[in-house]
Parts: sequence; structure tokens; C-alpha cells
Amino acid sequence: MNTNPSSDPSSGMAPIIRIRGLGKRYGGHVVLKGIDFEVRPSQVVVVIGPSGSGKSTFLRCCNGLERAEEGTIEIAGHTLVQDGHMLAEPALNALRTEVGMVFQSFNLFPHLSVLGNITLGPRMLRGTPAAEAEAQARELLAKVGLAAKAEAMPASLSGGQKQRVAIARALAMRPRVMLFDEPTSALDPELVGEVLQVMKLLAAEGMTMMVVTHEMGFAREVADVVVVMDGGGIVEAAPPQELFSAPRQERTRSFLQAVLGRT
Amino acid sequence: MDLDFSPVWAGWPDLAHGAWVTVQITACALGLGCLLGLLAGMGRLDRSRPLVYGLCTAYVALIRGTPLLVQLFILFFGLPHFGILLPAFLCGVLGMGIYSGAYVSEIVRGAIQSVDRGQMEAARSIGMSWGQAMRSVILPQAVVRMIPPLGNEFIALIKNSALVSLLTIHDVMHEGQKIISVSYRSLEVYLVIAAVYFVLTGLVTLGLRHIEQRLRAGGMVQ
Repeated sequence: MNTNPSSDPSSGMAPIIRIRGLGKRYGGHVVLKGIDFEVRPSQVVVVIGPSGSGKSTFLRCCNGLERAEEGTIEIAGHTLVQDGHMLAEPALNALRTEVGMVFQSFNLFPHLSVLGNITLGPRMLRGTPAAEAEAQARELLAKVGLAAKAEAMPASLSGGQKQRVAIARALAMRPRVMLFDEPTSALDPELVGEVLQVMKLLAAEGMTMMVVTHEMGFAREVADVVVVMDGGGIVEAAPPQELFSAPRQERTRSFLQAVLGRT
Repeated sequence: MDLDFSPVWAGWPDLAHGAWVTVQITACALGLGCLLGLLAGMGRLDRSRPLVYGLCTAYVALIRGTPLLVQLFILFFGLPHFGILLPAFLCGVLGMGIYSGAYVSEIVRGAIQSVDRGQMEAARSIGMSWGQAMRSVILPQAVVRMIPPLGNEFIALIKNSALVSLLTIHDVMHEGQKIISVSYRSLEVYLVIAAVYFVLTGLVTLGLRHIEQRLRAGGMVQ
């Protein structure tokens, strides 16, 4: 399998995520079977595939929200899973400060203002002084286009605004990798664009990103590598221009046909 | 029917003091109950720690499965057999607090479990430990949801506190019975005692309504 496409400008650098033989099952049901994959710094990897293909579980294994049962995961300089054994608590928490995650359902803290949401992590976990954390939060809010909403409560925001705050909250920890778990799937169609815009900005700045999504336009435009998953395994991984125009696998063809309405 | 409230008016200072004792003992017991309930409620969140889960479940089952009066008597008449002689007031607070804690634990557990699972995941994904996430993300949301059922618990506790009069504690019930024992005006005295409890529970209800409205205005309750 080609996980190291020649068109990738960062192909000379050591991978920031290295996954070997990743496996997981729920009871008798195999969710992930022996995934091997590498992501290099500043790469944008978009994971697509039918629902139930294991793509969200795959992503959630990468910061230990799901417990991998087989294989090895190295991410952002830490060994998260070694031969099926996950890193234990204090080190696991330290790793998570370097791996940001954005959820489908935003998961903003409703009892805190937008600023409170963004500054909580840096203040509590990095010991950043309140004033500095707030200044940084306002910078991030400006970046996601929500400078005016710093004092707002999450309940007063639209879905697109909530997700942009969630991205700012994850960025406040200055992560080395960002994971996006269907970040636009819970949004009204007209709000999808503003979130993708922010994600494109991050990609352009060189953030390493893994994105599970159904947004084929985003995959085509922004991804360095598109990964197609099915049945808990990787069917095909290739740069978008290759994958969308000349998929090698029959399963990729049928999936793309289903979601794009053509071959 | 001739009602004669004059013994009640004559004994009014004692009744007022008794009402104050009722308030004190209930407030102390509720404080203890909240502390025990918080610990036991959190202990019952996670079945993967069987010892903690088992101990907390046994506590809740034992306390909810036996009458408060029996628990109070075990503390008051039983502990002296082991050489432990506690003041009556302390016995009353302990007994009612332990009793209340079992019910509060279910309120705590329910409120915590009603907070969306994604909140814990989001907090953990930033790098917080379970305890940090609980303290700064989950509990602040859960506490708001605990207020209405805790109010009910507080009101039930005020009414149940009448039982501590049997532990020689001079609460409003005890003071009333003293007046009856010399005046034989039981109907009048019990009517007034009922009114005292009604006013106390009413004040608690109004106070809680006020707190809830303020939280709602502050956006803490959706």
C-alpha cells in the first residue's frame, strides 16, 4: 500500500504519526484490523469511507479516547500504544495536550464563556497566567473569525460558531497534531463552509491534520493523502487527484460512486 | 369544640428555640449528607472498581432499606455498648446525615450521568485527568441539575427531623410535647407544630426557587 506518496513535499521528514498493526474489537465484532499508516509533519490526511467502516474509531485511537488492543501507535513523539498496551495516566494526559481533537458535536463546556472554554486548558494544564491565556485566546478567536464573541456563552452561538470555538480551544494547547472527527456532520449545510475555511487556514499554516469527513470537496482540495476505509481496514490511500480520478480498488470506486453520484 | 391556644403562646419561646434547633440539625445533616452523597455517588459511577462500587452500593442499599428511626436508635442506644457515648445532637446529625447521604448519592449519580458523555471526552482530549475534568467540567454542570431534587431532599429531611425528638434533642417537636405533657392541649400544639414545619419547608422552597431563577438568568440552566 502506498502511504508515502511521491507528490508529498514532506516525504523526507520522519513521520509524526506511525501506526503499525492497529487492531480493535467490540466483543466478537472486529472494528479495526491491522492498520498500518504513517503521517508526516504538516500533512493533511483525510479519512473517508462508509459509516461503520471504523474511521472514527481509528481516529479516536490516535489520542487514546478508544483503547487500541493490538499494534503500536507513535504520535507526536510519544508511544501511545506499544503492542496493544496503552500508555498509563499521567503520560497519557501529557500526550493529549499535544494532540488536539475536534468532535462532531462540538462539546463546548456550556457553563463557561467562549473565553473560559479556550483558556481552561492552558491555565489548568500548562500553568499559563490568566492574562496571557486570555490574550492568546483572543488571538485564536480572531483567527477563527469570532473576535466579537469572546464573552458569549456557547448556548448563544450557531453550530458553525461553536465548532470554530472548539477548534480554537484545541489550538490553545498548541498541539502538534489536530484530529477532526466529522467536524461538519452536525452542521446546517450553509454553516459548513465557515468551518472548512478555518480548517483550510490551519492546513495552509502547516498544521498536521487527520480529518474524518464526508466532505469530498475538502478532501479533493486540501488533503495530501486521502484514505479510504472499509470493514475496519484501509482499502486505499493516495493523493486526492489520483484517488478521485483513478481509484485502484473496486471498493473505492463503488464508494465514490455512491457519495459523488458518478465514477 | 373549644380550642385553647394559650398554653402554646405561653410556651412560645421554647417552641421558637426548638424550631431553631430543628433548622440547625437539618442544615448540619444536609451538609453531611451532601458530602457523603457526593462521595458515594461518584463511587457508584464506575463499576470497573468493584471494591469502591460495592462499598458505596452496600451503603445506599442498607440505609435505604431500613427505617430512619431504627438507624437513629442504633446510633443513640447501640453505640454506648461499645463505649462510644455521643452527645444527642451529634447523634441526630450523624444519623440524619448518613440517611440523607444515601438519597443524595442517587441524586449526584443521576446528575453526573445526565451530563453529556462528550463533555468528559472533550475535557480528557485537552489533557485533563479524570479528577480535573470532574471538578471543572462535569460537576459544575451536574450541581445545577442537582438543585431541584436536593431541594426535595432538604424538605424531606426537615420533616424527618421530627424523629430526633426521640433522642432527647430539644427540637420543635420535643418542645411541643413538653407543652402537651403539662397542658394536655395536644390538638392545638400539634397544629402549631405543623404550621412551624410548613413555614420552614416553605422558606426552603422559596429560597431554592430564587437560586434556580438566578442560575437560569446567568445561563447556567438551559
